[in-house]
Amino acid sequence: MVTMAVQIAREPDGMPLRTKLTRVERRRKLRAFILVLPLLLFILIGFALPIGRMMFNAIHDDTLLTLMPRTTAALSAWDGKDLPDESTYAALAEDLKQAWAQRSMGAIAKRINYELPGLGSQITSSARKASTLSAGPYKPTLIEINPVWGRQDVWSLLKRGSLAYTPYYLLRSVDYQYGPSGQIVASPPETAIFQDMFLRTLAISIGVTALTLLLGFPVAYLLATLPAKYSNLLMIMVVLPFWTSLLVRTVAWVVLLQQHGVINEMLMALHMISQPAQLIFNRIGTMVAMTHIQLPFTLLPIYSVMKTIPPIHIRAARSLGAGPFYAFWKVYFPQTLPGIAAGCLLTFILCLGYYITPAMVGGPNDQMVGSFIAHYTNEELNWGMASALGAILLTATLLLYYVFNKLVGVDRIKMG
Amino acid sequence: MRKTRLMDVGALAVISLATGVLAPATPVFAGDQLTITSFGGPSQDANRKAIFEPFSKESGIKVNEDVFNGEISKIRAMVQSKSVSWDVVDLYPGLAGQLCAEGTLEPIDWKKLGLDRSSFIEGETTDCGVPEVVTGKIIAYDKDKFPNGPKTIADFFDTKKFPGKRGLQKRPVENLEWALIADGVPLKDVYKVLSTPAGVEQAFKKLDTIKQDIVWFQTSSQATQLLADGQVVMAAAYSHRIVDAIKNSGKHFQIMWDTLQWSMGVWVIPAGSPHVDAAYKFLAFFALPQPQANFSNIMPCGPTNKKALALVDPAILPDLPNAPDHMANALRVDAAFWSEKSDELAQRFTVWVAK
Repeated sequence: MVTMAVQIAREPDGMPLRTKLTRVERRRKLRAFILVLPLLLFILIGFALPIGRMMFNAIHDDTLLTLMPRTTAALSAWDGKDLPDESTYAALAEDLKQAWAQRSMGAIAKRINYELPGLGSQITSSARKASTLSAGPYKPTLIEINPVWGRQDVWSLLKRGSLAYTPYYLLRSVDYQYGPSGQIVASPPETAIFQDMFLRTLAISIGVTALTLLLGFPVAYLLATLPAKYSNLLMIMVVLPFWTSLLVRTVAWVVLLQQHGVINEMLMALHMISQPAQLIFNRIGTMVAMTHIQLPFTLLPIYSVMKTIPPIHIRAARSLGAGPFYAFWKVYFPQTLPGIAAGCLLTFILCLGYYITPAMVGGPNDQMVGSFIAHYTNEELNWGMASALGAILLTATLLLYYVFNKLVGVDRIKMG
Repeated sequence: MRKTRLMDVGALAVISLATGVLAPATPVFAGDQLTITSFGGPSQDANRKAIFEPFSKESGIKVNEDVFNGEISKIRAMVQSKSVSWDVVDLYPGLAGQLCAEGTLEPIDWKKLGLDRSSFIEGETTDCGVPEVVTGKIIAYDKDKFPNGPKTIADFFDTKKFPGKRGLQKRPVENLEWALIADGVPLKDVYKVLSTPAGVEQAFKKLDTIKQDIVWFQTSSQATQLLADGQVVMAAAYSHRIVDAIKNSGKHFQIMWDTLQWSMGVWVIPAGSPHVDAAYKFLAFFALPQPQANFSNIMPCGPTNKKALALVDPAILPDLPNAPDHMANALRVDAAFWSEKSDELAQRFTVWVAK
């Protein structure tokens, strides 16, 4: 490098060495950037953009604004106390006619149904009748066509629709909703589920993480201390399931755990139980299957950290008079902490998003937030709710990560 | 120096490759063909044998098949994004009514089909569908477990008399009705009661009594699997699936035909389908009595063309949900009710299940 720089400096074009060096440096950086670019684009388009879009969907909903433009515009001046005036009803009649003609009533009804379940169909049918109206006064006629148009809560919902942004989905995701006159109230018990759901998700994730640590730590220790010829074999046994698809492993657990599955039959043959135990479609099945699937994620980081701890440390401690447990606890264990932290964090965060496994081996009250996100995405097509739940889950995950970072320090984490 | 030049070229190649992948693919040439989407499984196999293949032979139109699980969201997404790849879809009439009202389906032009709506069972139900098939939801049980099995739906809710897990499909349709009937509501009043908040409350309360004993399943095909594995002792299932399991897999299942809940499947055409004409040709062929009877002979579902029932093999007839014997104490699943209430009740149901 030095000789090259000297050569460059001697070239007759009179350019200072510093400029030349920065130019070379800049070209090298550019080349590195171009090499990274495909991945960067991929992450941007395949990951950052959809997630950003999802976060946006959680608060953005312009259904009413675009499909009922006249009504929402007329309502911006409404004080929200009594029913709106005749001009607003005239705007409503226009909007209903237009929506009926453009067959966009379904979308409006669906949006209203989210907040006022059961009203959607009445609103659609009132639009059918309203489409034949030709002259006012609209206010008494529309209320006569369908009393929903005389309801305060319908109008305050429409007024909220005049903004393209709504906290409704986020509120609903934590079991709050709008009351009849637009105040925020707790959801009634028959529809309040999400607080439970988030707590349940958290509890299952913590439980599974603890179990994987409990089961994984001794195995990792064994792997790290055994002679290579045994540990390699053991390693293959740990890693082999890791290479199998998650779905296959979950189905395998169904086979093992079901009423007349391998485990129940075996326990009955050994006369340990007389009736088949309920091992599946409940919390037991969920925890067992998830722990099995997550085990390598916790184990491998711990193992690779243990590999780097020189055995001589323990021997030194022992030779200085420490008992076997004391030496382990005071000398060895603290050194494995970065691995434990990495493994547990990995498992915990992955657990938060589980959805297939609880769906297959869990009962109805083992379903985690992921299952509701899937439900809203695929079945109800309520992408606002799906996005809001996703956004809350993501934020909670990032928050936990932040707290973890403050407590343990991410830079101390080691994957090996 | 040469090495770095090579690296530059390599990087460029990677980039151009990436952009090449991202560029929209040009559509392939579409000949005379259409895509029919149904629920898969043996019933789609029977459709293929009795209807799709003879139709292709007669008309020269190639039939592609796809499978879905009744997710109307997929149809909505296709129509909204104007990329309709399904031309004829098998759907519940309630959902068809919902989609019809919002303009997601093509209204059926019966004149163009050359058919009379009144010659079909419930031909008038929806403007966007041609009645395809009559299906029956029944309670099936394991004869080995209960030689003297449940006789009424009240028995299904009686966990003392008939202990064991029950399999139900995870949706409000049929389950709320059965709960009310078991609670003593007469068949003719079921939907009247279910339209009131107190009726909904009553249905959920009745379901609460067996909640601990319910194994929920997602797709209707899982019912036979759960029964066969001994995971449940009885389950709500489509009658044709159970008949198939008894006849073709030798399972010891028994059907309780009492309080059968029958409903229809309809063929619909998503709005903006690129092969509407081929779809109409298909529907006109399918609606003939003989192909329908052929279908029922393979798959014991009821035909919708009123003339077809007479053409069905007499040995098969007792297995069909709309055989005269079974209709005595049967409930017609009210498509109109569900198209109006399904959003509301599904929300409530989803939460109730997960609690």
